[in-house]
Amino acid sequence: MKWYIIKRLLMLIPVLLGTSIIAFSLIHLAPGDPARTMAGEHASQRTINAIREKYGLDKPIYIQYGIWLNRALHGDMGRSIVSNEYVTKEILDRFPNTFELTFFAMILAIAIGTMAGIISASKQYSALDYTFMGIALFGISMPVFWLGIMLMMIFGVYLRWLPIGGRINILIPFHRITGFYLLDSIITGNFAALISTLRYLILPSTALATIPMATIARVSRSSMLEVLRQDFIRTERAKGLSERVVIYKHAVRNAMIPVITVIGLNFGLLLAGAILTETVFSWPGIGRYVVSAVRMRDYPAVQGCVLFFAFVFVIVNLVTDIMYVYIDPRIHYE
Amino acid sequence: MERKRETKTGELIRRFKYNKSAVFGLVIVLVLVLCAILANYIAPNNPTPSPPELFNSLKPGFWSEDGIKGMPLGTDALGRCVLSRILYGARVSLSAGFVAVGIAMLLGITFGVTAGYYGGRVDAVIMRMVDIMFAFPALLLAIVIVTVIGQGLSKAMVAIGIVYAPQMARIIRSSVLYIKEMEYIEVQKAIGSSNWRVIFRHVLPNSMAPVIVYGTLMLATAILDCAALGFLGLGAQPPTPEWGAMLSKSYSYIVSGAWWAATFPGIAILFSVLGLNLLGDGLRDILDPRLKT
Repeated sequence: MKWYIIKRLLMLIPVLLGTSIIAFSLIHLAPGDPARTMAGEHASQRTINAIREKYGLDKPIYIQYGIWLNRALHGDMGRSIVSNEYVTKEILDRFPNTFELTFFAMILAIAIGTMAGIISASKQYSALDYTFMGIALFGISMPVFWLGIMLMMIFGVYLRWLPIGGRINILIPFHRITGFYLLDSIITGNFAALISTLRYLILPSTALATIPMATIARVSRSSMLEVLRQDFIRTERAKGLSERVVIYKHAVRNAMIPVITVIGLNFGLLLAGAILTETVFSWPGIGRYVVSAVRMRDYPAVQGCVLFFAFVFVIVNLVTDIMYVYIDPRIHYE
Repeated sequence: MERKRETKTGELIRRFKYNKSAVFGLVIVLVLVLCAILANYIAPNNPTPSPPELFNSLKPGFWSEDGIKGMPLGTDALGRCVLSRILYGARVSLSAGFVAVGIAMLLGITFGVTAGYYGGRVDAVIMRMVDIMFAFPALLLAIVIVTVIGQGLSKAMVAIGIVYAPQMARIIRSSVLYIKEMEYIEVQKAIGSSNWRVIFRHVLPNSMAPVIVYGTLMLATAILDCAALGFLGLGAQPPTPEWGAMLSKSYSYIVSGAWWAATFPGIAILFSVLGLNLLGDGLRDILDPRLKT
């Protein structure tokens, strides 16, 4: 087990180096002089020379990569062309927003997805089963940005139940400590802010949760069905255990193993979905940041976001793999 | 020999017919293809009138008395017929999906077969490259590629094709690894067939089942991602009638009550993706029961 984790960690090194090369080469693959690209369109010759000097852009490419990687490892991704702020700072400022959105969406997806899957499987071919699986089928085919717009239109514009965009009602006094709105409002005991934050969170996280929720529901159903066909379940039923105990205590435990892999795999979809959801709901997160950075050709910002997303994604996959071994003792990686 | 193959195809068709959801998926896809092919004939209006008919801006469709005759699904902000744009959009989205998946297949087959067939160091290098590309969420990688090669529909297709190639390469590699060990391949090698001949005559044709299945499912996500890029303003540019771009240009008007221009293109995307998913799942059940999840 310990060796497996170490081996898995070592395997990360080439992948992370590869992603850094991709991020690094962005500026060099783009047409034009990298120094000018980094300085922005309207920069003076002096600024461009200063940047060329600072990032060693007159040196051979592998030395440039070394300089860039060294800086990146120290948290310096350069400055944004648009705001002239440090990219690292801009990303860290937005990280809590993206985290709260994706975290909330994931919880929704896992809770509702697995429940729907388990119920569907235990009542296979019932009306409930068909309903859930019908919804799930639409769910996996859903364009998340369109779903976001529809939710916004129904619950925001017509019913006026929920706000259509942003993070919190700006009229509510709010004290920022960690940047995590939910956490901050709980720490400061600001009940009004907590309610407001939650209200702003519901629509985007529902939109974002839909696709993973549908996938999780489908996988948990088929995995449950497979487990329910096994001998030990028949034995338990023969022993006279109640259906409830058989399903929730014994079958679910075994059925959840493949579901965990799917949850890990879906995390990538969730990050991609966050890019779209944040754009629809004017959510001030990293997804929206990367889109505006691409539109503005703000290369340092794009590089920073790319590295950030890849890093998060790789770590999540690692955690999934390790959890998989941990949960299923039948699996041994040597 | 010939008769045997025929009966096999016949059996596949029979199995397909029994799979209700696959047939339903096929029907949706066929309707979509027909819309795309016949867009010039069945679209009631010009999807991109020039100059824009601004006096027709955001008029509702058949459900309202304020609607314009001949524009059943209403008009968008520039007074263009939403239905016509959706029909022409089928052409744009379908061809974008096909081109993207085509690129993915070409790259994926090349790298996948090379890795699987030759093995060893070549395999290791290709698979590490694949691992690296898997470290990015697909849409993000597509966005990154678009940053470098530029925005626009054709570039979005290329970007998505590149992004999907590793997935295809992995699928093909694993099926080549399996086929490579078969006896008939050994026989071919023993009688001195060249590697090229073995690959093109024997390995490739026998690894096509997963390619067809995943190609269909990939077509669904390619259409979705292409629409997503269009929505973000990085794919199809105006005035191209592309579903994602139509959404991005219309959704700000829902606040003023014009729901139709942002609703119908999304339904078109949803049903295309749904149809392809159903068809892909059905093909998987029929062609390769081992892949069933």
